[in-house]
This record gives sequence, structure tokens and C-alpha cells, in this order.
Amino acid sequence: MDKFGYAQSQKFDTYASRLMPREEYFTSGHRSCQGCGEALAVRWVCKAIGKDAIIAHATGCMEIVSSGWPQTAWMHPWLHVAFENTSAVASGIESALKVLHRKGKLKGPMPKVVAMGGDGGTTDIGLQSLSGALERGHNFTYFCWDNEAYMNTGIQRSSSTPYGAMTTTSPPGKLSIGQHTQKKNMTAIAVAHGIPYVATASPSYLFDLYYKVRKAIETPGPAYVHVLSVCPTGWRSATDLSVRLGRLAVETGVFPLFEVVNGKYRLTVEVPKMRPVQDYLKPQGRFRHLREKERDFIQKHTLAQYELLLEKCGAPYPEFPVMTEPEEEKE
Amino acid sequence: MSSKPMDQVTWQEIEVGAVLTEPGSARAYNTGDWRSQHPVWTKSRCIRCGVCWTVCPEAGISEEPGGYFDMNTYCKGCGICAKECVTGCISMVPEEE
Amino acid sequence: MAHRVGMEVSIAISHAVQMCRAEAIAAYPITPQTHIVEHLSSMVANGELDAEFVNVESEHSAISTCIGMSATGARTYTATSSQGLALMNEILYIVSALRLPIVMTVANRALSGPLSIWNDHSDIMGARDIGWIQIFVENGQESFDHSVMAFKIAENHKVLLPTIINLDGFILSHVVEAMEFPDQELVDKFLPSYHPRFYLDPDKPVTMGAFAMPEVYTEVKMGHQMALTGAYDYILKVWKEWGDLTGRHYQPVEKYKTEGAKTLLLTMGCLSEVAEVAVDEMREEGLEVGLLKLRMWRPFPFADLRNAVAGAKLLIVCDRALSLGGAAPPVLAEVRSAFYAMRGRPQTASFVVGLGGRDVAPGAFKDIVAQAQEEAQHKPTAEYHIFGVRG
Repeated sequence: MDKFGYAQSQKFDTYASRLMPREEYFTSGHRSCQGCGEALAVRWVCKAIGKDAIIAHATGCMEIVSSGWPQTAWMHPWLHVAFENTSAVASGIESALKVLHRKGKLKGPMPKVVAMGGDGGTTDIGLQSLSGALERGHNFTYFCWDNEAYMNTGIQRSSSTPYGAMTTTSPPGKLSIGQHTQKKNMTAIAVAHGIPYVATASPSYLFDLYYKVRKAIETPGPAYVHVLSVCPTGWRSATDLSVRLGRLAVETGVFPLFEVVNGKYRLTVEVPKMRPVQDYLKPQGRFRHLREKERDFIQKHTLAQYELLLEKCGAPYPEFPVMTEPEEEKE
Repeated sequence: MSSKPMDQVTWQEIEVGAVLTEPGSARAYNTGDWRSQHPVWTKSRCIRCGVCWTVCPEAGISEEPGGYFDMNTYCKGCGICAKECVTGCISMVPEEE
Repeated sequence: MAHRVGMEVSIAISHAVQMCRAEAIAAYPITPQTHIVEHLSSMVANGELDAEFVNVESEHSAISTCIGMSATGARTYTATSSQGLALMNEILYIVSALRLPIVMTVANRALSGPLSIWNDHSDIMGARDIGWIQIFVENGQESFDHSVMAFKIAENHKVLLPTIINLDGFILSHVVEAMEFPDQELVDKFLPSYHPRFYLDPDKPVTMGAFAMPEVYTEVKMGHQMALTGAYDYILKVWKEWGDLTGRHYQPVEKYKTEGAKTLLLTMGCLSEVAEVAVDEMREEGLEVGLLKLRMWRPFPFADLRNAVAGAKLLIVCDRALSLGGAAPPVLAEVRSAFYAMRGRPQTASFVVGLGGRDVAPGAFKDIVAQAQEEAQHKPTAEYHIFGVRG
């Protein structure tokens, strides 16, 4: 996918879309909300994985919208067990494939093993089983659909919910600004396991995502891909903004796109001129209650984190937004 | 799998472990019933790039003969395609009763 | 030719699993299950068993990894105890609902708190309703035999249910006994390789673990219930086949000196061997006392139990677990309800014995019988007794 380059602008390289595979592995008829960024991510990740793969999925939005008996939206062999154990289930699948292959009981090519879960199922309740599977070195790829809260149960905060966000269990009030903790740095945790491939991705940067998925599943050993999944329902944003918000998350430095190959960081989408964080916060109702003070804090914190990442990547500093003056609203 | 309505299925008709053996059977469910608006393409401005097809969470846009794109029966009317269209040739129009 | 061996029961179980050619094992260490998985682990390391052994980071992940293994089509085994079984609890129900024929040994141990590594049945009694086949064994030979038979029962396409073999921690798992091992050839003939009904295959994709709406959840559970109760016939068939091959026959409810017995003791697990000694002594003393050993716990052998108590006036159920604040200890509760509609049912008495590793000697059963017979003449003083408790 290198020939397309990474999405340098807000638009995809115009006609490259037509070259993408047409086969759908996460089919129509699933019951996600309108404008679901997560369903879009799953759709493209499944295309990138290709046919020869087995998927273990955690309980969560994507499980619920896709697998109500007697219908399934999955074209892959797919197994859902519970919320917190997907990585363990995937470990079992991978181990069984190994022994069956060794014994000559497996027909066809060795399937890729894929585990998928939401941010709750990954950064909270599923962290232990994920850590165990990464440490053991199973040859599998884990995808975290990060919509930054427990959307399936009604928008409760998770450890992946960003600072300041309103959820039903981190409500703003007289004594609260909403979520008062910073988003857990899940990719750094994955990197700390010393695994060969870690990446962030977004369906708003389709080619970047597609490339990373291919790379992740072809990498022998564990791979971890953290996918920002815009959730209009939980983020209180317009349904048509799901792709745009994903792009704003990158352009403001809130969710940078990078990969870590054998511990080496590389920024895959460079943002020559960063936008103020306000551009990303404004269209989302979950941040509506924030005052200037908190928005400023988010801006500073975002840039500080971004600088740390740039240092790790050895990437040049972009043009940062001017922080002292009040920001003009652009859209 | 039985094609009976769910509330008429007997326990004997359910597969061992409630396994589903028909991949992609969700296609039988028409999510298009949900929408209150739908996209309309102005062909004269369409460059047939396919971006609309890529950004649809529903796979609710299909390529037509001639390389143009149009919504299919699963479109939920979210409007992402209209927002992301490179030339702005897609507009969202309210669903007629 | 079968051969006699003398070894620790845990090791014998690992040999049974090896002879069954288990392909995938995931386990987490917990006393007193450890010797089983240690030996399996070394068999894999030495190339004596061609299997994948996954050292997971918890029992929750052990059983979850086993699900992945079994769903992919591998013959899957694990073992646990006590807190480990409790940590697995959430997933145990899903294993059986997915109808995956995983075989698990539970080295029965008390549940915390207070922490106790010693034997009782509180762990498995907390997992009564998980929808698995559950068998209790009382000695090393039974542990070996039932481990082999479990795979054959579980994997039959009419059954397809996970199976637990319960053996008492330490007092059975860690003792050295003389046993008879069959030849590998016999086991191979008895237990063909595993052919899953469904498995995860990109060429024939299935969705496993779909969720169920209220319209259909009841029907799914009914299918599970029918499979478990329906497994009874096949279990007996397999036991008979094994019996014909080895000369060792097993029954859901084993009777010991029950002829003409007006008073019957009922035990599970290796307590039964102690009770046998007590019954021998009481018979010599001229007491009409017999013993029932409940081997099959799930599916519950109603008919066998009713037939076994016919003619008895008093049935003394010895539980090794409590149901705190409940109507009765778990085994008594089930046995008594099995008799409720039975004409001429025996009176029941209930004693909880051997909690958290408390030793139960033959003399205890004699005391229990004396106390129960005495109380049967009058109104019992308590719903149940915790035998030997001080104060």
C-alpha cells in the first residue's frame, strides 16, 4: 500500500478507493447505530484480514450488533465467549491450530488468528488475558475498537474515556468536570510487552489502516492494533461526522497514527500543521460542558503527549496551534 | 437453519450449541427500514471515485453499471457519504412516507 | 496386556490423559491439582505427548483458552481446584452451552475463606448447575478409568458436553496406589480420534456464541437440558463397554452391603472407602447398615437412587459442603427432593463431615449412624448436623 503514500490531506488519494477489495466479510444487516465508526472499522479490518482467518470476539457493541441468533453478519469463522477472555480464547485457537497442523489434521493454509474487543474489553476487564496472550507470544493480532466508553451498556466511562468527557458514570456536575482521569495509554502497555508490532489506526485513514492490518496479521507473533472508533451515540455527535471526527482526532494530535515495529516508533500520518483541539471537541456533545480552563488543559496535555511521541518517532515538529489567543471556530 | 419466526422455533430445531451455519445471514435483515433520509447522487458531478463506498459502515453503497455508485437496501441514512464525497455530489434527502 | 503399576494418583491421571492423546491443554497451577499438570507439562516437553501446553495467567483464561482449543477441533483437557474452579465459574456455563467436549479434573478442595488448601466438596458444589457431566471417583483406579471414559462420553455427537471428574484433593490426588493400566492399543481402540460436530474453519465458517433473545433463550436452554439428561444412557453404554474390556464395571449409584439394610449411608468421593470399613464393622456387630456411593452427580441418577433406597427406613446423607443459610447441604437437598414424591420413601438424616480437610475416620460413621438412628425415633434436633464441630 506504500505506493498510495499515507493520506497527506483530508482526502483519500482520489481513485485509490476503487482498488480496494470489494468482498464484504462483515456484512450488511448488522444492527449498529447510524454512522457507527466502529462498524466501519470492522468492515475494513475484516477485508484486510482476508478469508483465511478465525476471529474471537469479546462481548460488546460489535458482538451484539452482529450476532443475534439466528443471524450473523460474519463471513469468517467467529467465536464469542465472554467479555474479558477474548485473548485467552484466541490463544487457544492459535495453539490448537499449531497442534492440528503438526498432526496433519488441518486442511488448507494455516488460518490467521484474530481477536477483537472494545475499549472496555481491552483496557479494563480484558487487560489481564490480553497481557497473558501477548507475553506468551501467540501468533495472533488483537484489534481494540476504541469508542472511549462502554457504549453497549449505555455510555459508562472506561479507562479509555478521555479527560473531560461526559458519560453516564462520569457526569459533569457541581463537583465534577466529567471524566477526571486521562485516557489509559494502551498502546504503550502493548509495546511494553516487547511484541513485534503495535499500531494505532483509524477508519478515517483507510489506506493507513489497511496497510497496518496487513502488516499486523503477517507479522509472526503477537500484534496489537488500537483503532479509534467514532461513536455518534456516545459522543453525542452528528451521525455524518464519524469519518470527519476521526480525521480531526489525528489533525489535532488527540489520536496520532503511528506504528511500533520491534519497539521502534514511527509516525505513519504526519500532520504538517496541527489544528487546535477545540476543532475536535466542539462537534461532540460529550465535551460541551467544558469551560475554557479545561479546554486549555486538554490542549496543553495533548501537545505535551504529542511531543513525547514525536521524540520517540524521531519525527520533525509540526506547526503547533497558537495557544495564547482564543481559537476561532472554523466549522 | 429454520426460516420460521424466532418465536415459533422449537428446541429440537436449534443447532447444537446454537451454532449459526450460514455466514452473513444478517443480510436477511433490512436495515434500510431505519432511515429517515437517504443519499442522492448528482451524476453530472460524480467522478466515480468510490470514496462514498469506502466510508459506509453498512456496506450500504454498491457500484452500478457504468461505475457510478448508489445506495442499496441497507442504507441507514447516516449521511457520512454525503459529508465525505470528494466533489460534493451527494445530497441527503428526507425519506418519503 | 494390561499391567499393574504403583504411582501417585495425580500422575496416573496425567498418564490417562496422555493415553487419550489429548492435543491441547491449558492450565494454571493451584494446589492440589498441580501434580497432574506438571506431569503433563513434562510429557509435552519430552515429546511423550504431542500436544500444545499453554501456561495461562489465570484459571479464567485456562478454561477460556480451552474453549478456543476445543472450538478449533482439538481434544482438550485441563485441571483445577477450589478458587480456580470458582474463578472459572462464569465461563463453565458457556463451555457447556457451546457444547464443547472439554474434559477437566477437579481435585476437590475447600473454598476460601478462610483459605484452606485441604479437601472438601465446596468448590464443585458451587458449580452444580454449570451444565457439565460430573462424576465422582473414590480411588486411583477409578480416577484413571473415568478420565479415559470421560473423553469418549463427552465427544459423542449425541452428547457433546464437557465433563468433570471429581477426585478428592490430597487424600486421593496425592496418595500412591496400585492400579492397572490398559495397553495403549486398547485405549486407541476404545477412544477414536476426536471429530468435532462444528469447528472454526475458514472454508466452512460458523458463528459460535451468538446471543439469544427472550423468544429463543428458553429453547436453547431446553436443548442443553435434554442433552445432559439424555447423556445418561450413553454414559452407561460407555461404562459397560469399558467394563467388558477391563473387567471394571461402574454404576451411577454403587451399592455396598445394602441387602436387607434398614439404614443406608450415602457418600461421595473417597469418603466412600472409609465408610465401607465402617459398614464392615457395623455388619459384624449385627447392625443392618449398608452404603450407597453416589458416582454420577450430573446428570442426576434419579431412578437409580430411588431403586437403591427401596426397602430402607433411614438414609443418612454425608455432605462435604455447606449451604450456608440454606435449606440443606447440597447433596441432601437434591437427594431429598428426588424422594419427595416417592411412596414409602426413607426418612433422611443429614451430616456435614470433613470440611476443609478435617479427617473422617471409620468411627465417625458409626457415631453418625448411632446418632441418626437415635434421632429417627424422635424429632430431630437440627435440620442438619455439622459432625464433630466443637462448642
